[in-house]
Amino acid sequence: MTVAVGIGAWSRRHLLDVEGLSRDEIERILDLAVEMRVARAERRHRSLLEAEVVGLAFYEASTRTRVSFELAAKALGATTVDLSVAGSSVSKGESLVDTLRTLERTGVTTLVLRHGSSGAAHLAARTTGLRVVNAGDGIHAHPSQALLDALTLREALGTLEGIRLVIVGDVVQSRVARSNIHCLLALGARVRVAGPPAWVAGFEEWPGIEVATTLVEALDGADAVMALRAQTERGTVLPPELAEWRLDTERMRLADPGALVLHPGPTNEGVELTAELANGPRSLIGRQVENGVPVRMAVLALVAGAA
Amino acid sequence: MSPESFGRLTDPPASFTVVGARVIDPAGGTDEIRDLAVLDGLIARAPDPVAERIDGRGLVLAPGLCDLHAHVREPGGETAETVASAARAAAHGGFTTICAMPNTEPAMDSASAIANGSSAEGACRVRVIGAATIGRAGTEPADLAGMAAAGAVAFSDDGASISDVPTARRVMERLAHLGRPLVEHAEDAELAGDGVMREGRVALRLGLAGWPAEAEVRVVERDLAIAQETGAPLHLTHLSTAAGLAAVQSARSRGVAVTCDVTPHHLAMTDAWVAGSRRFAWEEPNGLPERAYDGSCRVNPPLATREDALALLAGVADGSVDAIATDHAPHPAERKLVPFGEAAPGLIGLETALSLGLAAVESEKLDLATLVAALSTRPAAIIGETRSLQIGAAADLVLFDPDARWRVEPGALASTSSNTPLLGMELPGVVRLTVAGGRVTYRS
Repeated sequence: MTVAVGIGAWSRRHLLDVEGLSRDEIERILDLAVEMRVARAERRHRSLLEAEVVGLAFYEASTRTRVSFELAAKALGATTVDLSVAGSSVSKGESLVDTLRTLERTGVTTLVLRHGSSGAAHLAARTTGLRVVNAGDGIHAHPSQALLDALTLREALGTLEGIRLVIVGDVVQSRVARSNIHCLLALGARVRVAGPPAWVAGFEEWPGIEVATTLVEALDGADAVMALRAQTERGTVLPPELAEWRLDTERMRLADPGALVLHPGPTNEGVELTAELANGPRSLIGRQVENGVPVRMAVLALVAGAA
Repeated sequence: MSPESFGRLTDPPASFTVVGARVIDPAGGTDEIRDLAVLDGLIARAPDPVAERIDGRGLVLAPGLCDLHAHVREPGGETAETVASAARAAAHGGFTTICAMPNTEPAMDSASAIANGSSAEGACRVRVIGAATIGRAGTEPADLAGMAAAGAVAFSDDGASISDVPTARRVMERLAHLGRPLVEHAEDAELAGDGVMREGRVALRLGLAGWPAEAEVRVVERDLAIAQETGAPLHLTHLSTAAGLAAVQSARSRGVAVTCDVTPHHLAMTDAWVAGSRRFAWEEPNGLPERAYDGSCRVNPPLATREDALALLAGVADGSVDAIATDHAPHPAERKLVPFGEAAPGLIGLETALSLGLAAVESEKLDLATLVAALSTRPAAIIGETRSLQIGAAADLVLFDPDARWRVEPGALASTSSNTPLLGMELPGVVRLTVAGGRVTYRS
């Protein structure tokens, strides 16, 4: 059984990155996610991936991403295996490639991998026969997050063509920011990144985006603002000027009236944005989480060749 | 590769005549189509009528290649390479001398280690560069005079710079007296930090920690100043930045005794290779995302930007770069089958150096005679060896087909290791015959 959405065969066995996906491919994923949301509510497609065994290998902590991939796989009838790193051979020093090859031999067909090293998903794709879905590699990419962000924005604004989206925070250390830049540019949005100089260093050379170094400049004309999490777990030292960049209701007046707020979670309330803003009427943060499962259903179905 | 392809330096001297090859002899300043006769291991005036005649038409005959920078891994790393396997890889690549770096386990920092590490028995002369400091720890100069007497051709703590300035100065003061060069790996460890590829747009996009050009330039400038003060011969190895080369050129104009080399990979490959490109520096990069983050592209110093690679290539072409040296760095596969930032740095180069140089020649970035000199006579002179194709000289030469293609594959390599991003690529340049010290060491 396949789901008829879009035209032409999906040719990719992996989702390693948003970079390289065409606008058509991204829109096909988003359209399929919309279909999957309805299907899930109506309990349809429950055996679409019944032949698949999805291995969830999370070498870094995760709640949203891991849970939503697991629910997405189960909603489509796949078997899931959770490689709990602490209780596996990984804690005995087994190499990543050896662990993944073991998973493959035990019957896993699709790997959902989160790892602290940039390029880990590419390594998995190159050294195993698994279909690989990147659930976050180092500071490089988090493609399913960018796709669910794009779906959330598309549903809130109607289109991404021409919208002004600002990413505020530790962009240098953010895989979410990198994947969002690729995704938003592909969909026609205008992208600005902003933060203290150390958090946006080098991005002035990234083709097609703007860099803002003051909050006034950052928010000017913005249709939506994506606050990033201060990645304290990566050893980032919080710069003293961080308080100047904290988003709150007052500061959002610098943006367009009605400008929306996104955050990939988990939020450090009071650090990068206030609780009032995160929980207020402009916040799309809850919608982002809700879109996680349908977007990941679409991704798993596409890489499996079932859609 | 077939063991029958290889000879040894202890074999009987050879006699043969190569007919109609393009003979490039930088020492004699000649480059012409002619015959070259070898009789009992010496270059002879007239061919031995009974000796084998080798058809050299379309082939190039050049002095034997000399590599100033190879990691032989013995002792301590024999799963990656041994003296014997490195010598075969060298002969296959057209080399007749390689200089082994002392960063073995234990480090080659004593006269006995130099004597044990040197070899004139296998398929290539293996000469040793002694550690500059005891245990390569960077704190106390090693027994430089003793090692020089035992045959060390130069000194280096390669793998790292001598970071402590007073120690670097003491080493160079002694080398000024000994007349042997310090071969310096120029890298400021603090500036390099946890960088795993060259800092810049590609590193930013890939989310990999950047290694700034300044990490090299700062040490180059420091060493040039010490060389000027002490009068020590300084050789900067594996330069990877245009600014580093500019500093060398500027010091030379002040009279500093400095030489330098660049690796084939810093000339031909770029940081775009880490993102999956497999196009040479002088070509437009391509995007092969499935090859991105290949650990075989992890090397120290990291692959340069295109601008730097082209500047270094121009330096080879105009002679401001003295030599091409491989930094042959074999590693077992498992040290590379890890996420990029965890991969052991280094790639093998002995068997692909000539081919990458010939690819640059094909693209008209370099002329063939300059390439030959940068791989043979010029590096040889830095360690006090001569290379000549004049009558009476010991036959030390390579005969290669510059136009024939070969595919880089593990089975086509004599090295124990196959860690190179060139795997699967077709390169120009096939070695037909290598002769070291009058003995045939490789023949295909």
